[in-house]
Amino acid sequence: MLHGRSGEILSVDTIKTDIVIVGGGGAGLRAAIAAAEKDPGQGVALVSKVYPMRSHTVAAEGGAAAVTQPHDDLEYHFNDTVAGGDWLCEQDVVEYFVAHAHEELVQMEHWGCPWNRRDDGHINVRAFGGMKIERTWFAADKTGFHMLHTLFQTSIKYPSIRRFDEYFCADIVVDEGRAQGVVVIEIATGKVCFIQAKAVILATGGAGRVFRENTNGGIVTGDGMALAFRRGVALRDMEFMQYHPTCMPGTGLLFTEACRGEGGYLLNKDGYRFLQDYGLGPPSPEPRNKFMELGPRDRVSQAIWHEKQKGRTIDNPHGQVVHLDMRHLGEKKLRERLPQIYEMAEEYMGIDPAHEPIPVLPGVHYTMGGIETDGRTATNLPGLYAVGECASVGIHGANRLGSNSLVELCVFGKVAGEEATQFAKTTRNSSTSTLERQASDIGNRVRCLVDNATGKERIAVIRSEMGKSMEDGCGIYRTESGLRATCDKLAELKQRYRSINIEDKSSAWNTEWLLAIELGYLLEVAEAIANSALNRRESRGSHQRLEGLEQRDDQNYLKHTLARYAGEGPPKIEYSPVKITKLEPGIRAYGEAGEKAEAERKMKKEAAHGK
Amino acid sequence: MENNDKTIEIEVLRYRPEEDEKPFLQSFKVPFTDDMSVLQGVQYIKDYLDGSVSFRWSCRMAICGSCGMMINGVPKLSCKTFLREYYPGKITLEALKHFPIEKDLIIDLSDFIGKLESIKPYIVPSAPRALEEGEYLQTPRQLDRIAQFSSCINCMLCYSACPQYGLKPEYLGPGAIALLHRYNEDNRDSAKAGRMQLLNAQEGVWDCTLVGYCSEVCPKDVDPAAAINRNKVNSAMDYFLRCITPRGGN
Repeated sequence: MLHGRSGEILSVDTIKTDIVIVGGGGAGLRAAIAAAEKDPGQGVALVSKVYPMRSHTVAAEGGAAAVTQPHDDLEYHFNDTVAGGDWLCEQDVVEYFVAHAHEELVQMEHWGCPWNRRDDGHINVRAFGGMKIERTWFAADKTGFHMLHTLFQTSIKYPSIRRFDEYFCADIVVDEGRAQGVVVIEIATGKVCFIQAKAVILATGGAGRVFRENTNGGIVTGDGMALAFRRGVALRDMEFMQYHPTCMPGTGLLFTEACRGEGGYLLNKDGYRFLQDYGLGPPSPEPRNKFMELGPRDRVSQAIWHEKQKGRTIDNPHGQVVHLDMRHLGEKKLRERLPQIYEMAEEYMGIDPAHEPIPVLPGVHYTMGGIETDGRTATNLPGLYAVGECASVGIHGANRLGSNSLVELCVFGKVAGEEATQFAKTTRNSSTSTLERQASDIGNRVRCLVDNATGKERIAVIRSEMGKSMEDGCGIYRTESGLRATCDKLAELKQRYRSINIEDKSSAWNTEWLLAIELGYLLEVAEAIANSALNRRESRGSHQRLEGLEQRDDQNYLKHTLARYAGEGPPKIEYSPVKITKLEPGIRAYGEAGEKAEAERKMKKEAAHGK
Repeated sequence: MENNDKTIEIEVLRYRPEEDEKPFLQSFKVPFTDDMSVLQGVQYIKDYLDGSVSFRWSCRMAICGSCGMMINGVPKLSCKTFLREYYPGKITLEALKHFPIEKDLIIDLSDFIGKLESIKPYIVPSAPRALEEGEYLQTPRQLDRIAQFSSCINCMLCYSACPQYGLKPEYLGPGAIALLHRYNEDNRDSAKAGRMQLLNAQEGVWDCTLVGYCSEVCPKDVDPAAAINRNKVNSAMDYFLRCITPRGGN
């Protein structure tokens, strides 16, 4: 039962609804619930290429940040986020974000999320990197897992949410300048369907799989980013890829930052807490917010890179590593607060973290950039919204603080659901036959990918060459020649991609076909990352250039990068201004230097207010 | 894939619905290193030996619940089972037992999803609370009552292990009962009475024959058998109380 063989006209099944959401992770589920609550009478289609509880939100470990304690303040969370993002955040959006974080986490609590508690029954919070006050809500070290299952199970309450589990999104249908639905493949049968809708929300997650060593699940392939990009929506700030400092050598699996929040140390081969040599000291035995191991991820990963250059790292079959030492925390605390980490160390590495340090190295973890949206999650293509890791709503800037993204998917997932509802009410679809014709063309094109893929290139080979090249050229530190080599390599791989071979010609569960489509998405996003990085001739946050470009250059680069689709060639790079409201760009420092910088900022502010 | 000095034989039970009458075994030789998981072994097959071999996977760290399969007859997550444990013997991979096969190692789990949806897996508060009122209070002790049972990753290993589910697919089964128990035990919830009716039915807890293999194979120590046993007591109590009070024991 093959569909759309060459020469045939492919008929598509059409499903009509009001809103279609692509992606069943945290952001997509939160948006679906918001849309269902806003207008219980409208239809909400939730499309996901995996069952929602498999989505990669499941792997988030550490927690979700919201101002919670009496001595904390929204302004502190704002300042931490903006300075942590090296001033590339949209400050009005960050203001909205920090102001709505707490109520969204309370909402998660009301829906049943099993947050850790204090003895008096109130929410407990833990310390996290780059955060001035402890404000990270957590559910052991499986916060993303619990949030995802809570959202998924809660979504079952709403009859208007119709799930399309294991449907793969192949394209967005655009007519009369508006997004009007999506073309999807029912994975179990290979059948192509058109879901017609008045508004489309992309919530497809990040693109970490463009890199070789990464913490991400196999599904994190930048699907929504590539689809929006090909439809003319800009990808913003793609050069900012987050390296998480503590990952398992070889597989890249994540050891949460909460390991350090709970008091773990990072040691070099001499057993020395080396972060004190990189502006994060002085060290203290107990964790101190914004000092040492509680520095932000970009700085900690960069410090590990420098240790490697100095020959102070430890040899491991999978590369140069440092040690994550949690022995002093004791087995009881580790089992209670970090059970999954304990299990991973024991089962995957044969290490008992209560008695041995864990070898770790940095791995790609999070895509700070994404589909450009305004502060209400709307893209510049009417009817198209984007939310979560696939989007760039503007809160992460050049470096995301750990525990801001799980809150982002709640705060902006709700916004996306409500905004899309509003939009759907005020618009009408083009004629169904027009849209179906387009959907049918798209269906033919994706199906032809299988039939025509009889070349010699192996999907896996192109994918691994891409991952290696991204790591070589777009890693923690970047050089002009390295970046150019990666851009050239990606152009070459895109050419070779045209000659791939898909052995499986079947329709049902043809996962090789899906891998091929995903590889196309990955290459698109990889090019946006590499070219954005090549053009940013300064160092900021997670984007670090060598060769005289080691400093931040606000004069020329206090602006967002916009990568625009340009057909076959590399993307066109443009820039847009950054919204500054309350916090003027200043020195970004941590440890003792950070305290000094903060005191100076405060003095300046007070002086400006004439105090 | 450096230093591949060893190879292991992996047999995969193939079933391609468009061409095969029935499933058959296909053997592959896979070079491996000691830190490679069974999942990495089957990924190697797909990437370099036969692109049509199909299986689900994603997180690689035993939390997404996608990659369960029968490994030498035992239901396991392939991402946290290692090739070295079987070497120099061979490994046989099959789709999880007791489920219809969609293709190769991919099962149809829609029956479970239906059951999950049927148990009202969400909080039904007795007195709804406004967001401005803040969180419900829940002590660490109250959290402890649900923590273990809320750790189910829906990987289906317990269903594959359960002989009763194999005989009688109507049985609600270990995973769904553990989750049902999690919501019933949550101090914020008030829908226990309705859920008890599902448990009281023959397809509820009473189908369980106390084999306990479900808890043995559970990769997250959820211990669904404990949830089932506690609910046999709860169900008996509920039945008894329903007989003597009009609104049951809640």
